Amino acid sequence: MTVFKLETPISEEEIRKLKVNDVLYVTGTMVTARDAAHKRALDYFKKGKALPIKLEGLAVFHCGPIVKKEDDKWIVVAAGPTTSTRMGQFEDEFIKNFNVRVIIGKGGMGKRTTIAMKKYGAVYGAFTGGAAVLAAKAVKHVKALEWADLGMPEALWIFEVEEFGPLTVAIDSHGNNLFEEVIKKVEEKRTTVYEKLGV
Amino acid sequence: MEIGNLIEDVAFNLLKLAVIRLPSDVKEALQRAYEEETSEAGKVNLKAILTNIEFAEKMNTPICQDTGTIIFYVKAGAQAKGLEKVEAALRSATKRATKEVPLRPNAVDPITRKNSGDNTGRLIPFIHWEITDGDSIEITALPKGGGSENVSALGMITPGEGVNGLKKFVIDTVIEAGAKPCPPNTLGVGVGGGADIAMKIAKKALLRPLNQPNPNTDLAKLEKELYEAANSTGIGPMGLGGKFTVLGVNVEYAHRHPASYPVAVAYQCWAARRATACINADGTVEYLTHKVK
Repeated sequence: MTVFKLETPISEEEIRKLKVNDVLYVTGTMVTARDAAHKRALDYFKKGKALPIKLEGLAVFHCGPIVKKEDDKWIVVAAGPTTSTRMGQFEDEFIKNFNVRVIIGKGGMGKRTTIAMKKYGAVYGAFTGGAAVLAAKAVKHVKALEWADLGMPEALWIFEVEEFGPLTVAIDSHGNNLFEEVIKKVEEKRTTVYEKLGV
Repeated sequence: MEIGNLIEDVAFNLLKLAVIRLPSDVKEALQRAYEEETSEAGKVNLKAILTNIEFAEKMNTPICQDTGTIIFYVKAGAQAKGLEKVEAALRSATKRATKEVPLRPNAVDPITRKNSGDNTGRLIPFIHWEITDGDSIEITALPKGGGSENVSALGMITPGEGVNGLKKFVIDTVIEAGAKPCPPNTLGVGVGGGADIAMKIAKKALLRPLNQPNPNTDLAKLEKELYEAANSTGIGPMGLGGKFTVLGVNVEYAHRHPASYPVAVAYQCWAARRATACINADGTVEYLTHKVK
C-alpha cells in the first residue's frame, strides 16, 4: 500500500502509478455528478456543446451533498458518497469523452468502467460510506454551482478540496478491480463457511 | 412542564443525540475492529469511520447524510400519565428535529413520490408500543438508514432444516449484501412467530447493546457462531476485504407454527444509531444510552 497525494489537473502518467489498495488524497478541483448530470454531460458531448467546466484531469464525485447558504456563500454540511453502480451505464463514455482521472464513490463499479479506466487512464477511489462529515471537512469552498435546475443533489457542485480522502484505490488503470476480487474470494469461501457452521 | 411538551423535548433530544453521537458500545466495537483489522483497506476505512465520528461530535452535525427513517419504540407504564399525548409529541419532535438538527427529509409517498419534507407522513414516524408495569415512559429513537435497510431479508425456511437452515440463510444474506449496507454491520436476526413477527423482533434486536450477549445461553452461542461465520466471509469494512464484516449479531425468537420457520435479518449500517431515555412520573428524565449534561 502506498499513499499518494495528487493535485488536479492529474496527468495520465501520474494516475497510472496507482494500484488497487493504494490510498489517495486529492487536492484541487472536484465535481459532483450523479445519474442526471452524467446523462446530461453525455448529451452535451454528443451535440458538441461545451460543459460548464472542463473536466480533464479532475476528480468526479458520486455525491448529492447537503449544502446551505450563509451570507451568500455555500457551505457544505455533509457530502458522503452515493452508490456508484447507478452511474455504471454512463461512466465508460464519460471517462473516454472528458478525460477525468478519478471517480469517487462507494460500493465499486463494474466491468465496463474497469475497461475504460484501463484504456484511458483513470482510477476509482472508494470513499468510506456514511463518512459525510469527514468529506465535508475536506471541501475548502464551493467554486460554483452548475445545472442547478437538476436539483440540489443532482446538480454539478464544483468544489475546491484539500487532501480529500482517504480514498482506497479500488479500480486502477491496469484492469484490477478490488471489489470484484473480494466478491470472488468471498464466493470461494462460501463452502468453507457453510462447513464450519455444519450446514 | 406539561407532559406533552416534556415528551416532545425528550424525543427531540433523542433524535439529535442519535444522529450525532453513537452509543459507547458501538464506538467501542468500531475501535476494537480498527485495532484488530488486518486488511489495509479495512483499516483505512475504519480509521476514516472513527475520525468521522469524532468530527461529527465536535462539530455537532449528523454522522451520516442519511439520517434515516424515524422509528420509535415506546415502553409505556400502565399507570403513566400523558400516554394519549405521546404520538402527537413524537411527530412534532420529528418535525422539529428535521428543521433544527437538521435531518434529511426522508419520508416519501410511495405512489406519488412526493417527499413530505419533514420526515413525517402516513405511519411515519412509526411507533412500536409495549405496555409495561409502572408509571414511567421509556422512549427509544431509531433513525434507520436506507442503504442497510435495502438488504434486509426474510426467509421462510423449511422447518425440517431448522437451525441449520437459519444459519445458511443468514450467511447467504450477508454474502448477497456484500459492500452495499456499509459494513461492518450489526445484524438483528428474528426467528419464529410469523413473517411479520420475525422481522419485528429482528429489528428490535438491533437495540440491544453490542457488548450485551443474549441471556439465553443457546442463543448466545448461536450469536457467536453467526458472528464468527459472517466475519470469516472476508467481505470486510466497506466490502473492500477484511476481518470485520459485522460488529455483532443479535438473535431474538418467538414460538412458531409447526409448519413455518420464518427467519428475518434486519441490517444496520456501521453507524448503528439509537438513543433511549426514561421519563419518570415526577417529570425527571434519565438518558440511558448517552451521557447528557
